[in-house]
Amino acid sequence: MKKFLCMFLCMVLAMQALTGCGGKKTGENGVVYVYNWGEYIDPETISMFEEETGITVIYDEFDTNEAMLPKVEAGASKYDVICPSDYMIDKMIQKGLLAELNFDNMPNAKKNIGAQYYEQSKGFDPENKYSVPYCWGTVGILYNKTMVTEPVDSWSILWDEKYQDNILMQDSVRDLFMVALKLNGHSMNSTNKEELEAAKNKLIEQKQKSLVQAYVIDEVRDKMIGNEAAIGVIYSGEAIFTQRQNPDLEYVIPKEGTNVWIDSWVICKNGENKENAEKFIDFMCRGDIALMNFEYITYSTPNTEAQRLIEDEDIRNSKIAFPNLDDYENLEVFRYLGEEADAMYNAYWKEVFSN
Amino acid sequence: MSKSRKMLSLPFLFWSALFILIPLCMVFYYGFTDKNGSFTLQNLFAIATPEHSKALWEAIKLSVVSTIICLLLAYPLAMILSNIRTAQKSFIILIFILPMWMNFLLRTLAWQTLLEKKGVINSVLSALHLPALNIINTPAAIILGMVYNFLPFMVLPIYNVLIKIDKNLIHAARDLGANGVKTFLHITLPLSISGVISGITMVFVPALTTFVISRLLGGNKILLIGNVIEQEFTVTGNWHLGSGLSIVLMLFIIFNMVLSVVTDKDGEANAI
Amino acid sequence: MIRTGLKRIYIGLIFLFLYAPIFTLIVLSFNASKTRAKWEGFSFKWYISLFENEAIIQALQNTLMIAFLSALIATVLGTMACISLQSMKRKTRAVLIGITNIPMLNAEIVTGISLMLLFISLGVTFGFTTILLAHITFNIPYVILSVMPRMKQLNPSTYEAALDLGASQLQAFFKVVFPDILPGIISGFFMAFTMSLDDFIITHFTKGPGIDTLSTKIYTEVRKGIKPEMYSLSTIIFVTVLVLMLLVNYTPKKK
Repeated sequence: MKKFLCMFLCMVLAMQALTGCGGKKTGENGVVYVYNWGEYIDPETISMFEEETGITVIYDEFDTNEAMLPKVEAGASKYDVICPSDYMIDKMIQKGLLAELNFDNMPNAKKNIGAQYYEQSKGFDPENKYSVPYCWGTVGILYNKTMVTEPVDSWSILWDEKYQDNILMQDSVRDLFMVALKLNGHSMNSTNKEELEAAKNKLIEQKQKSLVQAYVIDEVRDKMIGNEAAIGVIYSGEAIFTQRQNPDLEYVIPKEGTNVWIDSWVICKNGENKENAEKFIDFMCRGDIALMNFEYITYSTPNTEAQRLIEDEDIRNSKIAFPNLDDYENLEVFRYLGEEADAMYNAYWKEVFSN
Repeated sequence: MSKSRKMLSLPFLFWSALFILIPLCMVFYYGFTDKNGSFTLQNLFAIATPEHSKALWEAIKLSVVSTIICLLLAYPLAMILSNIRTAQKSFIILIFILPMWMNFLLRTLAWQTLLEKKGVINSVLSALHLPALNIINTPAAIILGMVYNFLPFMVLPIYNVLIKIDKNLIHAARDLGANGVKTFLHITLPLSISGVISGITMVFVPALTTFVISRLLGGNKILLIGNVIEQEFTVTGNWHLGSGLSIVLMLFIIFNMVLSVVTDKDGEANAI
Repeated sequence: MIRTGLKRIYIGLIFLFLYAPIFTLIVLSFNASKTRAKWEGFSFKWYISLFENEAIIQALQNTLMIAFLSALIATVLGTMACISLQSMKRKTRAVLIGITNIPMLNAEIVTGISLMLLFISLGVTFGFTTILLAHITFNIPYVILSVMPRMKQLNPSTYEAALDLGASQLQAFFKVVFPDILPGIISGFFMAFTMSLDDFIITHFTKGPGIDTLSTKIYTEVRKGIKPEMYSLSTIIFVTVLVLMLLVNYTPKKK
């Protein structure tokens, strides 16, 4: 045993020596702390930024908005640039965590990001003062053409008993209730008790009839590719990837309307490198850089310059990647509804799941 | 001697005070206050709402069943292993620990790949013209996941005490006419009870609050208490309610303490 | 004969159960496809891109260091605690062990957030050290729970006999007590090591920017799909440890 331990320890130490001590030196022009979703940027673009500006990027990743917030709020570490989603930006604005942006320092952000995306952003950032859109998409139905032969255009198919045990629903509170609220013709930002009650009953009905195979978050991608289920609620960014893997899959935006989600760059009030932060955001808005990121992430980019530069015609004209938002009705972005409404949603969510 | 032995506990006591008790005080502070910072028992009583008590009950059911299965699988296994004559006892320990060195999430996803309707196991079964196994997204899959993840924590402590039992005792019992069952019940089991208690603690206690297994293998169709607490901390940001429910769960630790005091007595009486 | 046969089958089945997902991961690491749901042919490409990926290698290094150090320190602290706990009253002992078990029971997010708040109030900079401290904390109960049963089996008179025969306390401990509780200590160490390797939530809340472990890398990848490089890394770790184990186990022993 001792021998094993010794050998093991030697290996660990050898690895340490082999890779040398990590830890970046501070660049000549200071640093910028960036906090982003995992796998949400082409690492190459970060190196390019460092080279061109002499600013060192200290890059960190989170897996959910909710895991990011307590860290930023408590001030455990001082981040400069963060990339939260719509409703979380709303919440952070209300909590006074974000700094106003100076668009004069960010010509690319002004020029390259499409006006319709700033328009959508007003749902959570009414004066477009705090955020610059980075990625966006819709939520819709992904179905398998070999298992679903009828035309799909409505959320109501998720309540069709033909597809018992064949439906994948989103697990998170707001995404789950969005489907039922939209189906009932209500706003997905509703705080009306009766509307939520109705949505809850709809979801309980769906669960009790065992229509739902599983409530999933990210596994929906692999399950749909593997033909595990006929229908799944999915983010449009994933839809393109799944379709490439399994050509039987088709994505639709239901006629009752849906969620348009936007992940945007924001700057933290307690960050110490605001100037560098603006440089970073502006760099990410450059057409060529946005294109690199689009190709790496495959989530739709709001960068019109990048959209123009896409070489693959199929993708450039893809209705999934770049739907014309004017073609659809009742599109909304999530807003932060306040603590009371959150508690109400959560209570109803618990009721759905304990049935 | 006893004085210097007590000194040995100082680093541990200091550590526990700083990194367990102080954070625990924060949990208690949140648990016993409301948003305005005034004292309340509301967060503790919240366990009585139908959703919460059902979530707790489901979690207890699943973790009790998993603990029992772990115990039933692990005890015979530990007995067999303890009788193997090998110079390298720690080799056996490693064999059981090694699978756990692959990341938990990757392992659980691998189970998903194995168990799915069109997964690996079902492909094999259908190639052999056997009926398909349909346990993915059911409580059975959750239990399987829990047993898989916690089994080594049951095997090792039991194995550790079993290899220490003097084989002469068992031979003596047999010589005196006790049959296998009697020897087991009167000699082996009582002498290994401290290992069993450790194993039960290490399986039951963490199983009570996990929810990732239920999310990945159970299709998240059952609300567990771990889910509720997580949700209160993250989605609603209601740390008060989350902490209150956590405090209620600490009752199980107290239960465990009582259990170990009671069994400790027997342990000492039986020590040779 | 039949009984040993049955025993072998039983052990074989348990091993199949424990190692089935591992083999699945190994197979997936050679899958040319990016998704685990589809087989697209045999490929080494994830192994190649793994070695080009500095971030993963760096994370591996952090993970091993943290796991090793936290397990080691927790083992030392836990074993010392066990020795002194044994000389305490039964009730005091049960209460102290109960307290150490709390991090094991608490939902990880509760432990994670409360430790984060503690570190903020202590004014510590978040980074390697904070992760290490947190890991030691949740590792201690696993060590105590595996050393304690051995401690209880210990015959106190051998220790006293050693003292009577003129051994110093330290000598008596290392010559008499230590060899007896060693298997418990070793399995405690490995359990602690394992728990540390796997932890995500607590690490997330106690880490600083720019430092990652494999777990935090894997979990943050979930939204975009876990990169197959992780499967190949797991395979390499698995094979390396297995080879090491076999080497150690089958090299002839010098007495």
